[in-house]
Formats: sequence, structure tokens, C-alpha cells
Amino acid sequence: MHEKSLAELSSALHSKAISSVELTALYLKRVEQHDGTLNSFITVTPELALEQARAADARLADGTAGPLTGIPIAHKDLFCTRGVRTSCGSKMLDNFIAPYESAITQRLLDAGTVMLGKTNMDEFAMGSSNESSFYGPVRNPWDTRRIPGGSSGGSAAAVAARLCAAATGTDTGGSIRQPAGFTGITGLKPTYGRLSRWGMIAYASSLDQGGPMARSAEDCAMLMQAMAGFDERDSTSVDQPVPDYSAELNKPLAGLRVGLPREYFAEGLDASIADVIGAAITQLQALGAEVKDISLPNAELAIPAYYVIASAEASSNLSRFDGVRFGYRCENPTDLNDLYLRSRAEGFGDEVKRRIMVGTYALSAGYYDAYYLQAQKIRRMIKNDFMAAFDEVDVILSPTSPAPAFALGEKIDDPVNLYLTDIYTITANLAGIPGIALPAGFASGLPVGMQLLGRYFSEPQLLNIAHQYQQATDWHTRTPAGLEEH
Amino acid sequence: MALDRSDVERLAHLARIGLQDADIPATAAKLSSIMGLIDRMQAVDTSGIEPLSHPLEATQRLRADEVTEVDQRDALQSIAPATEQGLYLVPRVIE
Repeated sequence: MHEKSLAELSSALHSKAISSVELTALYLKRVEQHDGTLNSFITVTPELALEQARAADARLADGTAGPLTGIPIAHKDLFCTRGVRTSCGSKMLDNFIAPYESAITQRLLDAGTVMLGKTNMDEFAMGSSNESSFYGPVRNPWDTRRIPGGSSGGSAAAVAARLCAAATGTDTGGSIRQPAGFTGITGLKPTYGRLSRWGMIAYASSLDQGGPMARSAEDCAMLMQAMAGFDERDSTSVDQPVPDYSAELNKPLAGLRVGLPREYFAEGLDASIADVIGAAITQLQALGAEVKDISLPNAELAIPAYYVIASAEASSNLSRFDGVRFGYRCENPTDLNDLYLRSRAEGFGDEVKRRIMVGTYALSAGYYDAYYLQAQKIRRMIKNDFMAAFDEVDVILSPTSPAPAFALGEKIDDPVNLYLTDIYTITANLAGIPGIALPAGFASGLPVGMQLLGRYFSEPQLLNIAHQYQQATDWHTRTPAGLEEH
Repeated sequence: MALDRSDVERLAHLARIGLQDADIPATAAKLSSIMGLIDRMQAVDTSGIEPLSHPLEATQRLRADEVTEVDQRDALQSIAPATEQGLYLVPRVIE
């Protein structure tokens, strides 16, 4: 049952072959059996899940159910879920029970989904390996000595291990796409502004976007239908009609122009990854796509620009965590200053503190022009590169990562080394364009992900290309070993 | 750009993050390393380029100046560390 797609599960629920309560119980049991090793969940909500499942079964019985009614999913622990701990992977919010529901989780509740729990993540979404969580690292279900990627590592691992039917993630520099690549699942970062950020704990407000993580593009399309839409409570939400994300899935790819940025296929790319991506490109050509060499000349500048902008915005966003109104407060503060200094020193992990200080530096008097302003100008250059590329091609293809999933602990002592692994994903956040990651094969037994980037609001096209590829290949159906029913 | 002890102390103060004295050298080293990465940006001539702060160059939406929010103080303060009569309590500031 846990191998079924969202469409198949929906069909089974609607035909009463299984009830939402039974399905939810099945997933809760899988979480219990397998998550001790993976650590993909921070909070499991069995009573709430079963209560939501009973409500879903009632809707299924009286004919008011929709396509997602009764389907058990998990949410990255960055979305405020009312009455349920929302920790952001941090000690700072370990005691934070969200007093309200985020826009995206509310939309998925309204669509009838059941919440199994909140998934593990890099602390405050700052990370690419899910090793910085206060709740311990998440392990890659394909090889539990390795990382699943980050920051949505918990959601990725949970979906890959079939501990939930699908999950939500967020992506600021690649945090949906890179872990999707490392765990062999499909993840979509929508156009900036497509999904509401209301109730999404902010990391970098001009870069953050929530999105679906599931086992196929078809599943992601079903989730997007519920998740997307204008929200006046988010001042950056875009007031654009929501298309039917499933309508174009079956469009043939004949004539599609796919761009391969030469900067992304140069040195630094592991040969085993290049081989897998090469085969995927051949497959797309067999489906009718034309491939073209393009250039993104300023791609290399994306990493420094990102780390300035993201850190600067984070330093501002995380200033709200001061021990006064919610979250962690240090014990016996001697005065107000001590309250601030110690609550923040004790509540935040090392990577978060580093990024806050880098951001503070970039924004401080005398440095703003050299760093933040310079980064914003480079951001313009990167956007211009994409706009020029999209004059020549319809989508841009790249790997999700230069190498397969690395070992736990391998990069944790060298932040810069870890930052450099974000090279393929970061540009899309700077430009605000959408990107989808999907499995393209394996290298040394580990999943290899490929990424497709498109024009603003081209999510239907990205889903279409991914779906056509998934009709011709079966990488997305592979399951890690050792996760059978007991 | 290498950061020294006084830089780190200044940043920690601005960010209101208490750093242990013993941790300052290691923090300075890691921050210097990150700034070294960031300094790669300095090689680029960006004269004549307009900064981009919003990917879609949107402007702030405005709404009518009407009260639309509902008083949720009790619910929102239920998770506060310390409150009294609707106020948040902190250690004494003024002697």
C-alpha cells in the first residue's frame, strides 16, 4: 500500500478498498518501525492524525471528498502547525507550540490530507546535509551512513522510505531539490511568490519558497494544486491564477529545447554523476527534446552572492528570537542584555550563529555597499543570464549536486566546503525561477538527481517534462532496501 | 577579508549573541573562511548594474487603512515565558 502513488491511494480511498484510518495507521506503524534509524521525524502526531483520518473517512463516505482527502503526509518542521510543536530543528523553538496554522498546511488540511507529523531539518533551514538539527542528523534511507541532503532532509528521507505518502519542504538555496536528488524522489521549488510564505518560519525572505516532495511529478502536481494560490497575508504572494497542474502532464516533448549550461558541466562534477545525467539527456532526446549548449556566465558568483543575501536576511529575520515573547529563554537572566545574549547563545546552534554574524557584518555600516549591495547587483546579473538563456531554450537541465550523497560528518567541520555543494541549485532562488528535481539513475548504489529550471510560472511545463521522463524510466519507483513491512 | 577578535566581538554584540571568550578564535577563523568565499564577489565589476531585491521586481501591495485584525493576545501570549496583565515580563531594566 505504501508503494502506491497519490493517485492510486486516492482511488483506493474513494473506492473504499482502504479507509484513511487504516492507511494512516499503516504509515504510523512504518514510522515506528523505521524512523528510529532514519530520524526523519521530530514530532509524530498519531492522535491528531487518526482524528483527521476519521474526518476524512466521513468526507469520503458522504461524497464531499477531493483527490487528496484522507492521504497521510508529513510537514517540514518549519511550517507553523496550530497546537503542534514547530521547532525549525532548533533548541530555540523546542518549546514552541504554534498558535496558528500556516497558509500551506491549512490549504493541505482543507484538501483533506492527514498530518502524520513534523519532519526533521537543518536548523532554521540553514544547511545542505541535515546535520545541524538540534534533534540529531537524518540518515539517507539508501545508505544510512550518509546524509539525505538538506535542509528538507527529514521530508526527503520520509518520502523515500515510504514513511508518508508525500511531504512538504522549503527551498531557499536548494533545500527541496538537493535532498530530493540525494534520496531519489521528486521535489519542486515553485516560482518565488507562487506559494504563500505566511506561517513559514522565515530564513531569507526574498529567497524562501515552500513546495511539494513526493515520489513522482504526477504526485507533486496533485499537491501543487492544493498548495498554490494568492494569499493577501503574504505581501510577496503573487496574484496570478492557479493553473491545472495535471492538465499538461501528458503533453509530448517534441520540439522542447533543453539548455545545458557549460559552466555546470565543467570540472568539479563527479564523472559518475555526469554519466547518469548524460544518459538522462539521451532519454529526453529520445522523447523529442532538442539539446543546446548555453552559458550562464555568472554562475560561479551565485554562491558568494547567495551567502551574503541569505545571511543578511537571516540576521534580520532571526532577531525576533530574543527570549522575550516565545521560544527559548535562558535561566536566571541577570538583566535584559544577559537575557538576549544567553538566550540566543544557548538557543541557536553554531551554523545559525555563524550565518547571523556573517549577515550582520554584510549589513553593518561601512560594509553594506561592498557586500549586500554588491550581492544584489550580482543577483541582477544572474537573473539576466537566465532571461537571456530562456530566449534560446525552454528549460535548463543540470545535476542537483556535483557528487553523490556524502558520509555523515564528512563536511560538517568545513562550512565553506559544504556551501560549494549548492552550486547548481542556488541560482534559481536568486533569480526566483522554478525548479524541479527528479531521480535520473544511480551511481555506486546512490540516487542521482537531475534538475530542470524554467521560466517564471512554468511549473506546469516542468511537471510535464518530469512526468514524460518518468513514463519512460523507472528510477522514481525504486525503493531502498530494508524497509519492508515487518 | 580576515576577521580578528575585535571584529567578532563587535558582530556578536550587534547580533546580541553571547560568545564565550575561548570560542572567539575558532569563530574568527570560520567567519574569515566564509568571508574569503564571499570576497570572490569583489573581483566583479558591477558598475551600471541596478541591484535586484525582489526576483519579480514586485512592489509592496497596499490595503485600505481599516482595522481587520482580531485581538488574539491571550492565545499568542499563552506560549510566552512570562507575562502579567497582557505585558511581557523581562528582568528589570530601569533601577
